Amino acid sequence: MSEDLYQEIILDHYKNPRGKELSVASRGQSHQVNPTCGDEVTVDVGLNTDGTLQVAYTGQGCSISQASASVMSELINGKTPDQAAPIQTAFMELMRSKGQIEPDEDLLEDAVAFIGVSKFPARIKCALISWMALADSQIKAQLTTEMR
Amino acid sequence: MFDIASVRADFPILSRTVRGGPLVYLDSGATSQKPYQVLDAERHFYENSNAAVHRGAHALAEEATDAYEGARETIATFVGAETEEIVFTKNATEAINLVAYAFSNATDKARQGIEVDQRFVIGPGDSIVVSEMEHHANLIPWQELCAKTGASLRWFGITDEGRLNIESGVIDSTTKCVSIVHQSNLLGSINPVREIMEMAHAVGALGLVDLCQSVPHMPVDVDELGADFAAWSGHKMLGPTGIGILWGKSELLNSMPPFLTGGSMIEMVNMEHSSYAPAPKRFEAGVPMVAQAVGLARACEYLTDLGMENVFKHEQELTAYTLAELAKLQGVRVIGPTDMAERGSAVSFVVDGIHPHDVGHLMDSKGVAVRVGHHCCWPTCRRLDVPATTRISTYLYNDKSDIEQAILGIKAAQDFFGSASRVSA
Repeated sequence: MSEDLYQEIILDHYKNPRGKELSVASRGQSHQVNPTCGDEVTVDVGLNTDGTLQVAYTGQGCSISQASASVMSELINGKTPDQAAPIQTAFMELMRSKGQIEPDEDLLEDAVAFIGVSKFPARIKCALISWMALADSQIKAQLTTEMR
Repeated sequence: MFDIASVRADFPILSRTVRGGPLVYLDSGATSQKPYQVLDAERHFYENSNAAVHRGAHALAEEATDAYEGARETIATFVGAETEEIVFTKNATEAINLVAYAFSNATDKARQGIEVDQRFVIGPGDSIVVSEMEHHANLIPWQELCAKTGASLRWFGITDEGRLNIESGVIDSTTKCVSIVHQSNLLGSINPVREIMEMAHAVGALGLVDLCQSVPHMPVDVDELGADFAAWSGHKMLGPTGIGILWGKSELLNSMPPFLTGGSMIEMVNMEHSSYAPAPKRFEAGVPMVAQAVGLARACEYLTDLGMENVFKHEQELTAYTLAELAKLQGVRVIGPTDMAERGSAVSFVVDGIHPHDVGHLMDSKGVAVRVGHHCCWPTCRRLDVPATTRISTYLYNDKSDIEQAILGIKAAQDFFGSASRVSA
């Protein structure tokens, strides 16, 4: 059962986080907390000259929240906002699925490992916190730039 | 001493399985499980006497009123209080809010020129005193009161070991109310509340004690606390959810403006103005939680039959055992006192390299239910420099085998995350 939740990919991202504390010319920042447990993630979004996103994060919290942030930044970094949007939608759907869908591995890559998390209501928020911060920081960035 | 096996047999939920194994329930600090005696008392009320209390001219209304007021008397006796000093609230949080709102409502009325008891009028230059180990329920109502009135909030700090640091000068002539927890839900520390209440009274301040973690676990006599008010919940002491208690001295309760208003709490009602019933009815607007009161009274009887001295002794032994077993684990650190002096049964800890959420999850996979997070004590966690903790909290139905299962769960978490090797490396 624990193996269902903590797949190897998740443990790997937890122990070897990607995209953490990257240097980003931030155009939008979002700090999200999970008030029930104190998990925290701050996401910075910037724009490369080719129109793709730069994503960096910092944070502290449980393995699920931190691994999810690492997976998120790895997936979204270097994608245009248009390329990122379906990935973000697919991850939200995955988290609502209660483990009942077959995730699109071509789209979600390492994020498919979170299918097990969707079966544990108490942990879904952990997996979503960085994705919420991403969406919020994008909205903030769009407010101040001509992004898209 | 009571027989644990026969006590456990009274709690139907303890015989269920979780995640394929027996349930090991170590989260009684959050809420206790209920014996069938309490469940039966509620069911019996609904099946035989259910009616709205304090109204109606029929037999059921009489019986329901007797059950409700009889419950008040039983609960009062349990803590050495007078019956009319017991106010039923939704929970302990509401009970504390009731007192905080007495201050802000009295202050609002005073601003309108309405005559109120000056002990409840507060403003800039006045202070409220709490501590850094308060549950949010005994912090935020006072923060809000200060924000509304311009009074300042002060607090006693805590030591690195998780004991209250009773510095002089925190309580002074500006202090209008001191509100302190009896036993910390996060740290397990038991505070010298009588001494603190004396400090409050020495400067003319009122005093409230949060008894949520003490009334269920040790003998408590409200007179011995030396307080003016006390608040606790029913569901942590084998009773139902949806009921809490505010104890207050009658003289004070009757000097306070009402909190929630409406039916049941009135004396005379006119279109222009109304007058209010004496306490406790003054604070019990609307149809109250009758079945819950009946259930809570039955819980008090159950605990009295076992003897609160015995409950306390049992939990002290179990807590000492828990601390000793945790001390044997490499990479595990208790947050809170590690000696048994003035210490209750909530034991928080952190495991090196593993977030408390993950520790709790791995323990749950072994059927062990513990609480993880900041336990509604975020400032306390911040002060002790931990993001969160895992907490074992026992009750009268737990025994050493439960602790052994918990220790196995922690070891499993360490194995799974490989932290043991990381720590020794």
